[in-house]
Amino acid sequence: MSTPKPTLQTAFCGIKCPNPFWLASAPPSNCGEQVMRAFDAGWGGAVWKTIGEPITNVSSRYSSIDWDGRRMMGLNNIELISDRPIEVNLQEIAEVKRRYPNNAVIASLMVESKRESWHEIVQRAEGAGADGLELNFGCPHGMSERGMGSAVGQVPEYAERITAWVKEKARTPVIVKLTPNITDIRATARAAKRAGADALSAINTINSITGIDLDTLEPNPNVDGLSSHGGYCGPAVKPIALNMVHQVMSDAASALPLSGIGGVGSWRDAVEFILLGCGTVQVCTAVMHYGYRIVEDMGDGMLQWMASKGYNTIDDFRGLSIAKVRDWKDLNLNFKIVARIHEDLCIGCQLCYTACWDGAHQCIHLDRASAAPDTTRTPAQVAAESSRRISMTPIPKLDLGSAGVSNATTPLERIPRVDEDHCVGCNLCSLVCPVENCITMERIDTGLAPETWAERTVSGRAPAVEVMNTNG
Amino acid sequence: MNEASSFSQQAEAHPEIAARFPDLHPAFDRQAALAESNRCLYCFDAPCTGACPTHIDVPAFIKKIASGNLAGSARTILDANILGASCSRACPVDVLCEGACVMHRYNKQPIEIARLQRFAVDALYASGAPLPFAPAPDTGKQVALVGSGPASLACAAELRRRGIRATIYEAGTLPGGLNTYGIAEYKLPFAESLREIDMLAQLGVDFRFNTRVDATMLAELERTHDAVFLGMGLGAIHKLGIAGEQLDGVTNALDFIAGYKSGAILSAPPRVAVIGAGNTAIDAANASVRLGAAEVHMVYRRGPEKMSAFDFEYAHAREEGVKFLWHVQPVSIRGSGRVESLDLVRLLASEDNSLVPQPNSEFTLAVDLIILAIGQSTHADFLVGNDTASMKLKLERGRILIDRVTGQTSNPKFFSGGDCTNGGREVVDAVADGKRAGIGIAAWLEAQHAHK
Repeated sequence: MSTPKPTLQTAFCGIKCPNPFWLASAPPSNCGEQVMRAFDAGWGGAVWKTIGEPITNVSSRYSSIDWDGRRMMGLNNIELISDRPIEVNLQEIAEVKRRYPNNAVIASLMVESKRESWHEIVQRAEGAGADGLELNFGCPHGMSERGMGSAVGQVPEYAERITAWVKEKARTPVIVKLTPNITDIRATARAAKRAGADALSAINTINSITGIDLDTLEPNPNVDGLSSHGGYCGPAVKPIALNMVHQVMSDAASALPLSGIGGVGSWRDAVEFILLGCGTVQVCTAVMHYGYRIVEDMGDGMLQWMASKGYNTIDDFRGLSIAKVRDWKDLNLNFKIVARIHEDLCIGCQLCYTACWDGAHQCIHLDRASAAPDTTRTPAQVAAESSRRISMTPIPKLDLGSAGVSNATTPLERIPRVDEDHCVGCNLCSLVCPVENCITMERIDTGLAPETWAERTVSGRAPAVEVMNTNG
Repeated sequence: MNEASSFSQQAEAHPEIAARFPDLHPAFDRQAALAESNRCLYCFDAPCTGACPTHIDVPAFIKKIASGNLAGSARTILDANILGASCSRACPVDVLCEGACVMHRYNKQPIEIARLQRFAVDALYASGAPLPFAPAPDTGKQVALVGSGPASLACAAELRRRGIRATIYEAGTLPGGLNTYGIAEYKLPFAESLREIDMLAQLGVDFRFNTRVDATMLAELERTHDAVFLGMGLGAIHKLGIAGEQLDGVTNALDFIAGYKSGAILSAPPRVAVIGAGNTAIDAANASVRLGAAEVHMVYRRGPEKMSAFDFEYAHAREEGVKFLWHVQPVSIRGSGRVESLDLVRLLASEDNSLVPQPNSEFTLAVDLIILAIGQSTHADFLVGNDTASMKLKLERGRILIDRVTGQTSNPKFFSGGDCTNGGREVVDAVADGKRAGIGIAAWLEAQHAHK
């Protein structure tokens, strides 16, 4: 019997597509020519750059956060919705659908908050052949000042009302795009669900000021000496997006088919969003950085991973991690791990040492070369000893008997030691260690049965505290 | 010293030499420096810093390049090593900071510390900013320093930063010693060494040139100063002691290197033999190639495994096209008026590891120039030949014996450092010695004052 080959084909709230990788509503999906090239490159779908009454943009529009020499860890924009006439966008949607019937084309919509306006745009978008509609309730800049975008998404009642208007007309699935710029993203998700939305997408961009020019004192992006808060996206926002995706998908009153957005740039990112329940992912920043071609590895990598795990479709693993994120009170207090430094891999940078002393719990020590363990020697003492040491250039002729310097192995005195009795298992040392698997966190058997804080309070061994219900 | 008499302005690089000795390790541009600086792991108690004799806080200065604080980066470097620019070019970093880099055990690509250091200090020069240190208020104390090489320069800088007057006595006409005259031009150009001393001189160091210190003068310096620092380095290069050594066309590596660096020597004849296999010998051999010699041989009594040159220097010489004659020894030099050939004999290692000439193995190498590079003698006679009891300093194999932490000699008023104490190491070792001695002198003077 031959094992079935994994496939990326999927359907999202009834919309079929060859893979779950969609372009997010953004500059990469601005026009038909771009979207067709994206489909040629392998993208499964595209959410069209938001269609509405054409706007006027400013220049410049983008700014970014670089980190330790890497560009665009986070991207910020103050660009508005499409600056092209509605009719042009719709004609191009029709053209794309005619040429690419198997790819998903979603029309992202934003019009003024009037029932007729929404009815009209829904009809026109569906008339052009869009496979679904995404309601842009998330754009955090510019449009929100005009009562649209996140001005809607931040007020659940508005979102509910407009979604209901759309559902009065829509024949295709309606996806509500959520803003993260709200105290609890579930409030809008629930409102959308109450109004009959077929699906959700999250997150839109996060309000941000990316930085200030230290010469001119002017923030970026600079528009004639001034700036405005923009929408932040890219790798930096992924953890925030994942949390919000989890919030939505673990809440029965919110959960709907969800298209995950926020820092997706690789198949790994995509798998993580799907593990938290997403049916598709949407990508913008990574394409703006590297182009449509990145989708090739997204598909290839995900298929390889699926094959190695024995998953045949993305539904096989979708949502498997949702239940693994719990309230803190449900975590096992008797689970104990400690850091273990593998001497053979240690390169002697001592970053774990300084991190543990200054940033954690002072339980990593430099005493392997000492006669006895010494937990009292401080980093300042270590540094002072080194500064007093006299070193000279090794000259073979003058340094008879010296073997010369060897940098092949780490000197024992540079390999830190973990005081396992005091290690709290926080992970910090293993996070700062530059070498893969050099510091592993090893489970210690405490001999104690699992016990959570919730169980402790119930059993009376910890004081129960009256808490406000924040989960609705 | 005032601006008008800057040392580097007195010694323009000869265009012919500049063309033949371009940078072996070209400077980083800003983008390359930024990318490289971001690779640094920022180790705690970093091995590179430990390996550096002057203990430059390498991760700190690299982090400052990454953060765009170039002035602070240069300051961090120069605070630990006042000749940080020279050292960034002259240091054998493979056996020092870069050799110690943990990246050897990470991805086998150590951080290019030397080029980053040069980038930071060059940026300071380019900015036109002054040396980021000022002399402390005058203490009225004064110290005489013998020799103007890196040890004395570093010592003088420490003294000036502590308000102690420093007068450097130099036999020649320009400062810097071997840092100016002895480093291969493709590593440290003549003018670069002087430019760095120009900057150091902003601390108010007093230079007395054309002043050779002999025993009498040393006694005078001892009488008129609160302390004396001896930083005169080593003496002349050893002679072979064979026939024909006095012929024209026999020179020594230090004269040859100083000659081309200062523009007095612009070419080498077709056939050159360099006697010796140390780092200086390699510098002379490579220079001969670059100055136009068609065939350059290095002649050494032992095999490559015994040569005192660093491995990377040996590799460089091979790249330059230098040929090697191992296990041979010069017997005599022949020529009528000028050198024409070098008679050699092959050597065999005997059981006790001594070298024995192999019978009937003599052969002749036709040469136009012979460069001796078989080590320098010590230059301490004038210290012990004096009657003044207080002047007598303990020597060890001709080297001045010092307390390595303070640089103090057996005579408490005398301090020393550099090649005359360590037998001949690197510029950075001399700087470290001078720095420790400067701090040591200041502490000793302070203690003397306290006792009074």
